[in-house]
Amino acid sequence: MNDHSPSEASDVPPSSAGQMVVPPAQGLATSPGEPLADGPTENQKRQLLTGGAARGLSAIPTSPTQLAWRELRKNRVAVWSGVLLLFLYLIALLAPFLAPYDPQDQVPGTLSSATFHPPMRLRFRELNGKFHLRPFVYGTRQGFTPLREIIYATDPAVIHPVRFFVPGAPYRLFGLIPTSIHLFGVENGGRIFLLGSDEYGRDYLSRLLFGAQISLSVGLVAILITFSLGMLVGGIAGYYGGVTDNIIMRGCEVLMSIPDFYLLLALAAALPATLSPVAVYLLIIIILSFIGWAGMARIIRGMVLSVREREYVEAGRALGLSDLKIIRRHVLPSTFTYAIVAATLAVPGYILGEAGLSFLGLGIRDPMASWGNMLSAAQNITTLTSRPWILAPGVMIFITTLAFNFLGDGLRDALDPKSRKLG
Amino acid sequence: MLLYILRRLLLMIPLVIGISLISFGVMQLAPGDYVDQLRQNPSIKPETLARLREDFGLDQPAYKQYGLWLYRAVVYRDFGESFTYHQPAFTLIKSRLYYTFLLSFWSSLLAWLLAIPLGIYAATHRNSFLDRILNFGAFAGVSLPSFFVALLALMVAQQSGWFPVGGAQSENYDKLPQIGKILDTAHHLILPTLVLGIGGVAGLMRQMRGNLLDVLSDNYILAARARGLSERAVIWKHATRNAINPLLTLAGYQLSGLLAGAALVENVMAWPGLGRLLLESVQSLDLYVSMASFVMGAALLVLGNLVADLLLVATDPRIKLG
Repeated sequence: MNDHSPSEASDVPPSSAGQMVVPPAQGLATSPGEPLADGPTENQKRQLLTGGAARGLSAIPTSPTQLAWRELRKNRVAVWSGVLLLFLYLIALLAPFLAPYDPQDQVPGTLSSATFHPPMRLRFRELNGKFHLRPFVYGTRQGFTPLREIIYATDPAVIHPVRFFVPGAPYRLFGLIPTSIHLFGVENGGRIFLLGSDEYGRDYLSRLLFGAQISLSVGLVAILITFSLGMLVGGIAGYYGGVTDNIIMRGCEVLMSIPDFYLLLALAAALPATLSPVAVYLLIIIILSFIGWAGMARIIRGMVLSVREREYVEAGRALGLSDLKIIRRHVLPSTFTYAIVAATLAVPGYILGEAGLSFLGLGIRDPMASWGNMLSAAQNITTLTSRPWILAPGVMIFITTLAFNFLGDGLRDALDPKSRKLG
Repeated sequence: MLLYILRRLLLMIPLVIGISLISFGVMQLAPGDYVDQLRQNPSIKPETLARLREDFGLDQPAYKQYGLWLYRAVVYRDFGESFTYHQPAFTLIKSRLYYTFLLSFWSSLLAWLLAIPLGIYAATHRNSFLDRILNFGAFAGVSLPSFFVALLALMVAQQSGWFPVGGAQSENYDKLPQIGKILDTAHHLILPTLVLGIGGVAGLMRQMRGNLLDVLSDNYILAARARGLSERAVIWKHATRNAINPLLTLAGYQLSGLLAGAALVENVMAWPGLGRLLLESVQSLDLYVSMASFVMGAALLVLGNLVADLLLVATDPRIKLG
C-alpha cells in the first residue's frame, strides 16, 4: 500500500487526496489552550494546502495507515480486545513459567490419587479467623464412596502457603533458557489445584496454560498459510484471467461446495494413529489452511481483476516489469487492507475448528493439551454435571474468539472509509 | 426460469463428480481399509478376510474402485453398501439426512424469526442501550463454540429434567401412537434447535441491522418520509423489504456453517444426523457410506445455494436470471 501511495497522492489533485484524508469534523481537534482567533488554525491551514505540501506539516497523521490507526483507537472495544489478545499470547508464551506443574505431570503429591480434584480456594484467612499475609490453600483429605469413587474434602489442619518463584519441573523458557523456576507453587509434597485437575490427576490450570500455546498458535499459523496461499492463487487467477482463471476458480468452487467441517472431519480422521503429537499438530494446521484458502483466493481474485485495469499497473507493464513483480509489488498490496481484516475475522474460525476437532478426538491428541481436547472429558454426562470446572477451556475459547471478532470488526471500520458513516 | 434451474442443475453434475472424487481421495489417504481393522480380531480367518476384501472390491486398484462406484451410482443409483451395517449406503443416509434436515430447518427458521425483528429494532434504535446489548450479544453468539453451548444445554437438561439428555427418540418410541411419536421427536428436537439457532441469530441480526441502516440512508426513504408516510410504513413497507434481499444470498453461504454446526451438535447431543454418520463411517473406514454422506452434504449445500438464488430473484425484480 505504501509503495505507490506517495506517487498517487502527488499526482492526484487535492480534492481526492487531501480531503479524504482530513475529516473536517474531528481532524486535529483544537486543544483548549490554543489561540483560536488569530489567523487560520492548523486545521484550516491543512485544508488549504495541497497533498504534497500537507505532508510537510509534521506530526499530522496523513498516511492511510496512520489515519486507520487513529480511527481504530477511537473504538475502545476493539482496542481492549487487541490488548487482551496480546495478553493471552503473552501468557501462552510464558506458560511453562506461569504454570505450577508440567502439563503431563500426574504425580499426586502426598495424595494417593488426584483424579478430578476440585479447584482449591486461595485463602488469606483461616477458618478460625487467623489472617495470613501470604496466601495459602488448605490440604485435602481423601475418601472413597462404596462405589470406589474418590471424594475430596478440604483439611483445615493442613496449610500449604503459596510460595513464589519456586523450583519445580525443569523446562526451557522460550524454548531456549533452561530453568526450573515457576511463578508459584506449594512445598512439602502438597499440590495446588487452583482450577482443579483432570481425570488423570493433571493440574487443570497448567494444562489450560499449555493448551493456550496450541489453541492460540493454530489459528495464527493456519491463517498465515491460508493468507499466503489465497493471495498467491487468487493473484495468479485474477491477473492472468482466461483459461488459468477458469481452471483455478472451478477447482475452488468444488472445494467450496463441500461443507467445510465435513471435509475437516474426514481429513483429520485420515491421520494415522501412530503419528507423534507434534506431527498431528502440524498436520491439523495444514488441514485447516487447506480448507480455508479457496474462499480467500476467490475474493482476492475479484479484487485483483479490478485492480489490474488501473493505470499504474498499465504503467508497470509499459516499463517492462515482469508479471510476478507487478503482482507482488503493485497488485497484491492494494488488496492488503481487505486481507488483513479478512484474516483477523477468520482466525476465530480456525480456533473453533481446531477446538471442535480436538473435542471429537480427531485433533490434538493426549498427552498434548489443547482447549478442545481438554473439553472432550465433558462428553461424559456425569463428569459434566459433577465436575463443572472442566468447562474452563470453553470459556477461554469464547473469550479469545470474541476478542478476535471485536478486533476484526474494529479493523474493518478503521480500514474501510466507506463503512465509517455507519455506526 | 425453468431453463435457468435446469442449467444450474446440469452444472451440478460435474461439481458432484468432483466432490465424490475428492471424498474418495480423502478416504484413500487413511492408512489401511475396513478389512484391515477386522484383521485385529483373531477369530476371523485370513481366508475370510481375503474373501471379504474381494466382496467389497477392496482388492482392486483405487481408480477401478472409484470408476466402478461412479458407474453403479450413475446407472443403478446404487451408492455402494455399508461394510458395517450391511445395508445400502443410500438407505442408511436417507434416515440420517431426514434428521439433519429437521434440525437445520427448524434452527434456521428460529434464527430468521428472531434475527429479522431484532435487527430491525437495533437499526431503528441505533446506539440505544438495547442496541448496544444486542450488538454485544450478537458478537458473543458468533464467538460461542457450538459444541460448548451444546455441552451447557446437556447440563441444563440433566439437572432440570425438562429435556431428554441427547438422542432423538425415547426408549418407548415404537410403542407410541403417531401423534405421540411426533411430540416425542419434537421434545428431543428443542434443545439441539436452540443450540444451533443461537449462532445463526447472531450473524443474521448483525447483517440485518447493517443492511437496514444502509437502506435507511437512501434517497427514496427520504422521499417516502417527505411524502408524509408514517414511520411504520417507511420502515416496514419500504426499507425492510430491500434490506432483507442481501440476507437471502447470505443464507446460501451460511448453509455450510449450519451443516458444520449441526455436525458438532449432532455428535455432542447424540442426534442421529448426517454429521454423526460421517464421523462414524470415516472412523470405521466405511468407504461408501462416508463417500455418500460427503456427496449428500455437498448436494445439500449446492441445492441450498440454488434455492437462495431463486428466492433472491423472486424478491428482487432488479435481478435477472443470467
